[in-house]
Parts: sequence; structure tokens; C-alpha cells
Amino acid sequence: MKFNVKVWRQSGPNAKGGFKQYAVDGILPEMSLLEMLDVLNEQLTKQGEEPVAFDSDCREGICGTCGLVVDGMAHGSRLKCTTCELRMRHFVDGGTVTIEPFRAKSFPVIKDLVVDRGAFDRIMAAGGYVSVNAGSAPDANAVLVPKDIAEKAMDSAACIGCGACVAACPNASASLFVSAKITQFSLLPQGQAERERRALRMVGQMDQEGFGNCSNHAECEAACPKGISISNIATMRREYMRAARLHEERAEAGGGG
Amino acid sequence: MIKVAEESILNANIPDGPIESKWKTHKANIKLVSPANKRKYTVIVVGTGLAGGAAAASLGELGYNVLNFCIQDTPRRAHSVAAQGGINAAKNYQNDGDSVWRLFYDTVKGGDFRAREANVYRLAELSTNIIDQCAAQGVPFAREYGGTLANRSFGGAQVSRTFYARGQTGQQLLLGCYSSLMRQVDAGRVKLFTRREMLDLVLVDGAARGIVCRNLVTGAVESYAADAVLLATGGYSTVFFLSTNAVNCNVTAAWRCHKKGALFANPCYTQIHPTCIPLAGESQSKLTLMSESLRNDGRVWVPKKKGDTRPASEIPEGERDYFLERIYPAFGNLVPRDIASRAAKRMCDTGYGVGGTGYSVYLDFGDAIQRLGRDVVRDRYGNLFDMYHEITGESPYEMPMRIYPAPHYTMGGLWVDYNLMSNIPGLHVLGEANFSDHGANRLGASALMQGLADGYFVIPYTLGHYLAGSDVLKNKVTTDHPAFKASVAAVNEQTKRLVGARGKRTVRDFHWQLGRIMWDHVGMARNEKGLEGAIRDIRALREEFWRDVNVGGSDGDFNKNLEFAGRVADFMEQGELMALDALHRKESCGGHFREEFQTPEGEARRDDQNFCYVGAWQWSGNASEPVLHKEDLEFDYVHLAQRSYK
Ligand SMILES: Cc1cc2nc3c(=O)[nH]c(=O)nc-3n(C[C@H](O)[C@H](O)[C@H](O)COP(=O)(O)OP(=O)(O)OC[C@H]3O[C@@H](n4cnc5c(N)ncnc54)[C@H](O)[C@@H]3O)c2cc1C
Ligand code: FES
Repeated sequence: MKFNVKVWRQSGPNAKGGFKQYAVDGILPEMSLLEMLDVLNEQLTKQGEEPVAFDSDCREGICGTCGLVVDGMAHGSRLKCTTCELRMRHFVDGGTVTIEPFRAKSFPVIKDLVVDRGAFDRIMAAGGYVSVNAGSAPDANAVLVPKDIAEKAMDSAACIGCGACVAACPNASASLFVSAKITQFSLLPQGQAERERRALRMVGQMDQEGFGNCSNHAECEAACPKGISISNIATMRREYMRAARLHEERAEAGGGG
Repeated sequence: MIKVAEESILNANIPDGPIESKWKTHKANIKLVSPANKRKYTVIVVGTGLAGGAAAASLGELGYNVLNFCIQDTPRRAHSVAAQGGINAAKNYQNDGDSVWRLFYDTVKGGDFRAREANVYRLAELSTNIIDQCAAQGVPFAREYGGTLANRSFGGAQVSRTFYARGQTGQQLLLGCYSSLMRQVDAGRVKLFTRREMLDLVLVDGAARGIVCRNLVTGAVESYAADAVLLATGGYSTVFFLSTNAVNCNVTAAWRCHKKGALFANPCYTQIHPTCIPLAGESQSKLTLMSESLRNDGRVWVPKKKGDTRPASEIPEGERDYFLERIYPAFGNLVPRDIASRAAKRMCDTGYGVGGTGYSVYLDFGDAIQRLGRDVVRDRYGNLFDMYHEITGESPYEMPMRIYPAPHYTMGGLWVDYNLMSNIPGLHVLGEANFSDHGANRLGASALMQGLADGYFVIPYTLGHYLAGSDVLKNKVTTDHPAFKASVAAVNEQTKRLVGARGKRTVRDFHWQLGRIMWDHVGMARNEKGLEGAIRDIRALREEFWRDVNVGGSDGDFNKNLEFAGRVADFMEQGELMALDALHRKESCGGHFREEFQTPEGEARRDDQNFCYVGAWQWSGNASEPVLHKEDLEFDYVHLAQRSYK
């Protein structure tokens, strides 16, 4: 197969970027989009041009490293599919493929297609955990978790932290990412002790990072390679309201925050 | 030419006493760092996978000052995230006869009697705490209706001791570990350094006191000083180019430590995983594993007739050879990985393989779907089936999967003693990067267990023991020390040389060719002639690499070619060591199969008289002339016997 690849090139965080077009040939239908970029990069390297910088690692849809906007959609148009899983057989032979980085104010471009998603780590550090030191856990079967609850928690926990939800959202909101974590822990008995504190802090950090708010476009759900449901966002709102209310009540009762 | 050290420098420091109480006694006797003193120590942890992440989090919880490094943009993407199948623990929740002893026994036997008994016993003992810890972190393990944890059986085990979270066990365990890590970041006890590649270990007075790394975004060469260094940088299967590992997996951190004096043990013990999606073409960048749990319900077969090109659906039951069930009736499709892989290779080599290349075998769910129904099968394997479908365009619900073995895990790694310390004082090695617990073959679902045992439950004790017994606090070093300057200069020199290289062949091209040599001759089956040829070829290729590689770009920013060039340069040396190790080990054991040493039925034939030792290699300054140190292995509890799964 042959393609005209239109790629975003930007030499550094503060440089001005723009599209460049390249022709690639000899692409096999079973190759992934990233393997197509590998071929392009081999070609560029041989010509003494700088290869296109992009991130990837597992190349099987689980690490969340890769993340490109392909033909205008985060991770391309296939449902529940990461960029590294996207096969060239889904593209029209001889056509143009447009590739851009995830764009959001909170994900500054590092180079070409590589962005900085450090904001996600900072949100996780603001309470995306259960405080339990190694060695202090009770026997795993001492705390029962009904099967359907465990399954629901797993649905939320499946998030790979790629950031496609942010890239797809017209408001560049990180709500799907944040809500998936909040929901997972709010469902599980292990998450109860810090439930309110977690919701308040994680949402607070999300705002501080400059992500937009959710206005129910649901683009995030459509772009999510793991099929994380937008109902997580509804849960997050409830969790946040509940936590804010309890927080107020405690403050009124003189208990502080 | 192999040089054997006149006197081995290795002391495994195994505590005295019966195996059941070694760890307990050791914990009772080792030195402690007082709570008030812990924050005075700085510890570098390289790696944020299960081993490194667990270590960094736990040490942070204890109050140490931790600096934690990784290549990826966030700790949560370490390659542990890709593990699918599950994690073992001797909980015996199923009441099916499991015990610490049985897990210990299975692991020693599965490792083909090439692991250290004391380490394996401790691993089995700690396995139960791991599940408790992970459940408490909120890892959504699979559950029964009553709310208790679910288990499944996994390759090579006759009990159900594997815990799992759908087909994403590694991801969930890593996210649990990452959340504990981020809690320590929040608490200010762990400082994260992402997108950093460790390129050198810094020794002061013979002890590990820091690292030098490259900032992969800015290109800056940075130095960090500490009181101890923990290496948890994963495995080196990417020496084969094509493997189930992530593309950034590497041997660089371990190799640079090796070149600073750390012994590299059993480099030739590599695991080839039986159930991977077969290779499709030359531009493929990696191979995808299909979890071995598929073998619980899938049946492996090839046509009985050689070169049968009919589609699977047209081959009647009577003309199918379920070869694993036929050859190994007791274990059937669940035989250990090395055995399953070699059996598949034999079938293909002798002309029974299927698919376009003839290099694959069927893994069939037809019976399972009939017996259990589509829904149950989807429940168990849905995401794996989807993944297979997405990659190959074929649906396993409709036709059998095609699978073929691929490099997957490296049992070899830096040599460590019982305390997980290498022969360099202060340098500790955890997880897949060390050689310790799996002998010549790793059983399924036990790497996650080992990484977490090392990080959560072993190193928090043994590191304290080292620190309390050393004088590092009195001799604090900073990065102004000349040893750091020398390391930085050496790293800079190599970087300059690589980035300036404007030869004709790309880094990937060299890596691909090296991988071919390794796969053909240092892969699933090895022989003397092939290994000797491979060694010659690697040497020639290494020379060509330095003469003709084309890297390009600049060393002052994000430059993937440059990153990979450094890794491939190390593989060019380490690949040779793997071949030398495989050549010297004139026996077959576990994942190391020498064609000259097999039983009449084609099974591995060990030579316990001559090779019942850990082969740990010392860097001599010349990649072709390493020096061998032997650590003799003794089997006091599980008696040496030929492995049989018939
Ligand atoms: C596809 C797949 C499936 C698997 N399934 C299972 C399973 O079901 N059960 C099981 O028990 N095991 C499984 N394994 C094996 C298991 O996942 C690994 O052995 C284990 O997770 C390794 O953990 P680790 O912490 O040692 O290394 P990793 O998770 O690989 O982490 C390595 C870390 O080191 C960092 N690093 C590496 N080099 C450098 C450097 N030079 N400088 C700085 N940082 C560096 C990386 O950034 C990363 O953070 C599987 C492996 C694969 C590949
Ligand atoms: S590279 Fe890991 S999800 Fe794409």
C-alpha cells in the first residue's frame, strides 16, 4: 500500500509547528500505523532528514504511551483501539493520512508528536490511591467484594492513562480520566476511608492543571480505547458533591476539613 | 576461549538453618536503620515496574529519601503493565492442596534445578502477602459471587493458585503499585525522574554511590548521588529485536553496571513463550503475546498430514494431532512453556506447521465454546480474542487462533546474593533484571510475584541491613566527586560518537540483523556449530555497527535514534555473552536447549555432575573474553530429578 502522510512537525516546545507531507510506499495491510511511521522514519534517516518524533512502548494497546490524532480523531476512527493497534488495512490505499499530536493546553508539545502528560501524574498524586503501607494489609479474603462490584471497578480501572479523552474533548477536559479513578475506588470497600478527601483533591488538582470542564459532549467516551463509560463522570460529580457537602457539614460542626 | 576464575568471588550469603525458617531468622538477625535515621539516607531506584515501583513506594513509606527513575513519561507505563495472565500465590483458597511448600517445589522443578533453593522458598512464602497488599490497594482482582477471590490454574501447575484481573493482571498490579508510589510522591518522600535513561553506575571506593543518566527530552547528561542504588530495569528479550517486550526494553542499565564490575549470571537462560501471534512481515516491530491462560481451555493441534493446506474447519477431528495432549497426557496443553514451545517448533520444523509460512500451530477454542458456551468463553478471554482479531483480522470465535513461540522473558540477569545485592556493595538488583528465582525456566504467573516480593517485602529489610552495616552516612558523596565527572565524560563521549555517526545503515537495521542471529542460533534450540557461528557473526556485526551506523539528529533534544543506538550498542556486546554462556553450558536445562544434549524423546538432558551451578560472568574489558565465576547450587529439599510432565 502507498500513502501520503501529512505529519505535524515541531522542533521543540516553543517552536512554531506545521504540517509536512511525505510519501511512503510498500506498506503492508497488517502493519500498524506506528510501523508505517517506522518505515517513514527509516526513510528519513537514510535521507539525512530528522525522523518524526513520536512516543510508543508496548505496541499492544496497554501502556498508554502512544497517542496520536489520526485523521482528526484521537487514536483514529476505530472504536476501542489505540494508535499502536490501528492497522493499515483500515486506510484507503493511495490516500492521505493526517497525523497530529494530542492537542491541549495542559499537554504541551515536546517535539513533533510527543506531548507532556505529566499533569496526569500530578492528579494521581493528589489522592489517586489507597493509603496502605506494605505489610499492613489484612488477609485478602477478609474483605469481601461482590463479583459485580469487582467487575464494575475493573471497568473503570481499565483506563490506560493515554489522554485521548482530553484530546477528543472540545473543552480539553480530563474528566473521564479522573472520574475513572475516583469511581474505581468509590466502588471498592478499600477505597472508602479516603473517599471524600480523594474526590475533592483530585478534582481540585485537575482544575489547577488547567483542564477544561465537562459539558457532556461524550467525545471522550467515543475516543477512549478502553471503552471507559461517561457514566464515570456522573459518578465523579456525585462523589464530589457528596464530599463537598460532608466537608461543609464537618466544618459547620467545627470539625475542620 | 572461556576463562574460569581461579577463585569464585561469589558468596550467596544464604542464612543458616532449615529452609522454612531461613527468612524469619534472617529478618530477626539483620541490622535495622532507626526511624529517625532513615530520612538521612538517599536511595536511587532505577525502574518503576512492579519491582522498582514497589521498592520505591515501600522505601518511601519507611521514610527513606527516594529518587526514582524511568524511561517512560510516567511510572505507570513500565512494561509490567503488559502482563496479562496472572500472579501466583500459595494462598490455598481453593482447598486444592496448595501450600508454600508446593509452590516452592513447583518453582524449583519448573526452573529445572538451576535456581537457588533458599531464594525460591522465600518467594513462595512471601507470595501470600503480595495478594493481601494488592487487594488492600484496591486492585480489582476477579472475584466469586460470594466476594472471595477467584483463581485459575496456569501453565505447569496442578493447583489453582493464580490470581488475576481479567486479562490485564499486570496493568492492575502496576497501577496499584503506581498509586502507592504516587502517594509517596505526594508525601514528598519519593522524587520522580521520568524520561531519564540510566547510562552509567558511579562507584566510589568500590561501592555504588550514584548514577549518570540522559534526560531524554533535553538531552542533558545528569548525575545523581545516593547511598545505595537499586536496579529494577526489567529484562532483555529485545536483544532478539522481535519479542513480546515493549520497544524500549533494554539491557543498557544492567549492562553498564556489568561493565562497572557487576557479574551477569546465566545470560543464556531465555524464555520463549509458546502462545504468541506469529510473525507476519519484516517491518513488524514486535510480537504480541496471547496469554498462556488460553491454554486452559484452548487445545493445541496441527494436521496429521504434512503440508496440509486445508483450512482448519475442513480438517476432520480424526485428522488432527493434538500433540501436547498426545505426548504429555498428564499435563496436556498445560505443560510448562519451554516444553510447549519446543514441541511446537518441532512440529513446524518437521513440516506440520500451518499458516502462510508454515510456522504456526492452531490453538482451538471450538470444544470450549461447545462445552462452556460463547458467553463464558468471552468472559474469560474476551479481551484477548478481541486483541487477536484486531491484529490478524480473524475471529477466534469462528476459527482457531494461530500461534507460534516468541522471546518473552529473560531468567538471566545481574547476579545477586540472598539479600538481592550484587557483588558491588550497595548495588541491589530486583525483578526481571536479576537472575535469582527462576533458574533455567520461569513458570507462568511467577514474574509478577517475584517483582513484587522483591520490592514490597525483601528489599525493605535487606537494604536497611546493608545501610546500617556500611559507613555511607559518614562518607556522604556529592556529584562533585571525580568519579561522577569521569562517568559523565565517558557518557558524553559515547553520545557524541553515536550522534555523529553518519554511516549507511540505520540503527533498526542493525538491531534487526542482530535479532535474526540471536533467534536463529541463540534462541529456542542451540548447538555448538550454530553458537560458534553466531559469535563470529555478532563480532563482525558489532564492528560494522561502530563503523557504519547512521544515527543523526542532535544530542541536545528528544532523539529516538540516539536512544536506540546506545541500547543496540550494548546488545551487540551482551548478545555475544549470551552465546558464549550457551556455548559453555554443555547441557540442556529449561529454556536453554542444546540439541546435542537431549533424551531419546527429545527432552532436555541436564548434566548435574558438571553444570549444577550459576554461571556468573565478569567483564574483563573485552566483550569476547569474559571471566566465569561459578556459584554451586545445592538441592537439599527438592531432589534432583529429570523433569517429567508425561
Ligand atoms: C507481554 C507480557 C506478558 C506477561 N505476562 C505475565 C504474567 O501473566 N504473569 C507474570 O508473572 N509475568 C508476566 N510477564 C513477565 C512480567 O511482566 C515481567 O517479568 C515483570 O513485569 C518485570 O517487572 P520489572 O519491574 O522487573 O520490570 P519492568 O516492568 O520491565 O520495568 C522496568 C523499568 O525500568 C525502567 N528502565 C529500564 N531501563 C532503564 C534505563 N536504562 N534507565 C532508566 N530506567 C530504565 C523502565 O522505564 C521501567 O520503569 C509478562 C511479560 C510480558 C512481556
Ligand atoms: S504503545 Fe502502548 S498503548 Fe500504544
